[in-house]
Amino acid sequence: MTPALEVRDLSKNFGGLRALNDVDLRVDKGEIVALIGPNGAGKTTFFNCVTGIYQPSSGEIYLYNPDKTLLNGKKPNVITALGMARTFQNIRLFGEMTALENVMIGRHCRTSSGILGAIFRDKKTREEERATIDDSYALLEFVKLHELWNEKAKNLAYGAQRRLEIARALATEPAMLLLDEPAAGMNPQETIELKELARDIRDSRGVSILLIEHDMGLVMSLSDRIYVMEYGGCIASGTPEEIRANPAVIKAYLGESDA
Amino acid sequence: MSRISKAFFTALWFMLLTLPVMGIKLNLMENRVDWRLDRVLYLGVAAFFLSMLWTWLFSRKKRNLPLIKAPAFIKIDFYGLSANRAVRRGFFASLILGLIAVPLLASFYQTNIMISAMLYIMLALGLNIVVGLAGQLVLGYVAFYAVGAYAYGLLHQYFGFGFWICLPVGGILAALFGLGLGFPVLRLRGDYLAIVTLGFGEIARLAMLNWTSLTGGPRGISDIPRPGFFGIPLNINEATIYIYYLALIAVCLTVVVVLRLKNSRVGLALQAVREDEIASEAMGIDITRAKLSAFALGSCWAGFAGVIFAAKTTFINPASFTFMESAMILSMVVLGGMGSISGVIIAAVILIMAPEYLRAFSEYRMLIFGAIMVLMMIFRPQGLVSGEKRDYQVSALARKEADAQ
Ligand SMILES: Nc1ncnc2c1ncn2[C@@H]1O[C@H](COP(=O)(O)OP(=O)(O)O)[C@@H](O)[C@H]1O
Ligand SMILES: [Mg+2]
Repeated sequence: MTPALEVRDLSKNFGGLRALNDVDLRVDKGEIVALIGPNGAGKTTFFNCVTGIYQPSSGEIYLYNPDKTLLNGKKPNVITALGMARTFQNIRLFGEMTALENVMIGRHCRTSSGILGAIFRDKKTREEERATIDDSYALLEFVKLHELWNEKAKNLAYGAQRRLEIARALATEPAMLLLDEPAAGMNPQETIELKELARDIRDSRGVSILLIEHDMGLVMSLSDRIYVMEYGGCIASGTPEEIRANPAVIKAYLGESDA
Repeated sequence: MSRISKAFFTALWFMLLTLPVMGIKLNLMENRVDWRLDRVLYLGVAAFFLSMLWTWLFSRKKRNLPLIKAPAFIKIDFYGLSANRAVRRGFFASLILGLIAVPLLASFYQTNIMISAMLYIMLALGLNIVVGLAGQLVLGYVAFYAVGAYAYGLLHQYFGFGFWICLPVGGILAALFGLGLGFPVLRLRGDYLAIVTLGFGEIARLAMLNWTSLTGGPRGISDIPRPGFFGIPLNINEATIYIYYLALIAVCLTVVVVLRLKNSRVGLALQAVREDEIASEAMGIDITRAKLSAFALGSCWAGFAGVIFAAKTTFINPASFTFMESAMILSMVVLGGMGSISGVIIAAVILIMAPEYLRAFSEYRMLIFGAIMVLMMIFRPQGLVSGEKRDYQVSALARKEADAQ
């Protein structure tokens, strides 16, 4: 298998706190991988390091799209342009903008018209804008939000906001998609739809997915492989069956947090 | 009932507080104290009614009711009307025609007021790019206006350059200054950015004031020529009318440019940076570049306005570029509604025209100004015009509509 994302010995210190401790992780092309662990284990910190929002203290991060690129020290927007996109645990939509505009922002790094184009509105700019609008609307259709395309993001329901964040991330044409607790706050029906959406993203767009999730039913049925974190370290990894049978995991996570 | 008793106590409290200042007068001639309780009583009555009004406004705000409701018989659907293409075209056409007619009908004095109003509209729209669209609170904006004005003044004084050369040069110079300020403050946000840019504005003013050998210090630069009209000499009246039309064209261009910018890919990115820098970065926006473009564009516009200002007054000195001007321009942006172009224009017109035509209140000008700002912040923090949505033409929807017919 060719890898999509490879992380080696990633560590992150906040002052005296070691939030990540030599984490190794790998996602292969077309895989759906889950990252689980109790609150405060360092999962979101891992995402922030991988996407360039935090600078890791040590370790290497490689993205394969298709060439192997070292991501350390790169700015978040550069990493996004290289083909990795994410959603946020505490939804970070542009609340005052409409759903369509939110997705259009995602198209920013795949379009190019500048200030002069904006002022003179030449043919190329107009065509690019046309394409941006239509592509964004198509993505809203993909996540079934097209009927709400002209609603402000802040007025959308919780589940809709989560799907809008996914659409916005997809607009950047990622090869690797990171989802931070996408099912948090969703009802069971929405969670089932989310599962289908994630599979659809992988199957129809060839996007590899790494997701943080607490809903064990979702994690077990959706993911090809699972990594388990505790206190900043990776304590186990394997297929859902292996994880379910792993005593360390049962003790650390399933035993207490999923109760 | 509680509202009345509350207002009553407010009034009583107010009377007590102002008693020493308003109610007692020392009569030094006859060495006695004059009690002027009638004045305190008037004040109390005024405080009573104002307090009633105040609590009433607050109760409406709390219940999310509009503060002012138009009577039913003038119920005009403004939103429906403004969405109608023909109505909108007609409105703008008559507005432009009216503005073209102004200098032919109005007096010299009024034409001059209109010119300064238009300069402020340019400034406010320029600052609107930085503050309204990109969300970067810049307090020293008038410095860029000064750069434009002094660019024209100095280039003319030392090299004899004319208006038409200095117009682009002033804009570009101001943009360079904007970039120069932009680089060091990129990492600052909110209050910190405001303080640094405030300092920048003051430094610029002090430099103009004290660098006497170059800028002429407090005496400023005089005898700046008005723009030439194909070499035909104009008298002062004609020149003013000419500048009026120049300013009008400049404002129209500004509106078109800012509107297009706002709705463009770059403008959308600026608004994203305003809403959430981290999310913008994660969505692939280079926020350094976005902020610098906003700084450069905004200050460029101030530069253009500065050149026109110098040409209009023919005399510039540091007194025209004080912090008050920056505050005024910022108020227009805030009052109009961050990022809203029509709102900013309306606010600029109100803030410039009102003091000119309310000369009777000139003593209370700043007082009234402050009161308006406080009331706006309490009752309509989003500004006069807010929540405009752009209408996008989505091909898929257009097709669906066509199929349905
Ligand atoms: N910016 C930060 N500064 C200091 N400590 C942080 C920061 N971000 C996260 N942490 C700490 O790192 C640890 C891991 O947090 P996080 O990654 O959010 O956990 P998870 O997402 O697994 O619930 C927590 O103890 C948290 O307090
Ligand atoms: Mg988390």
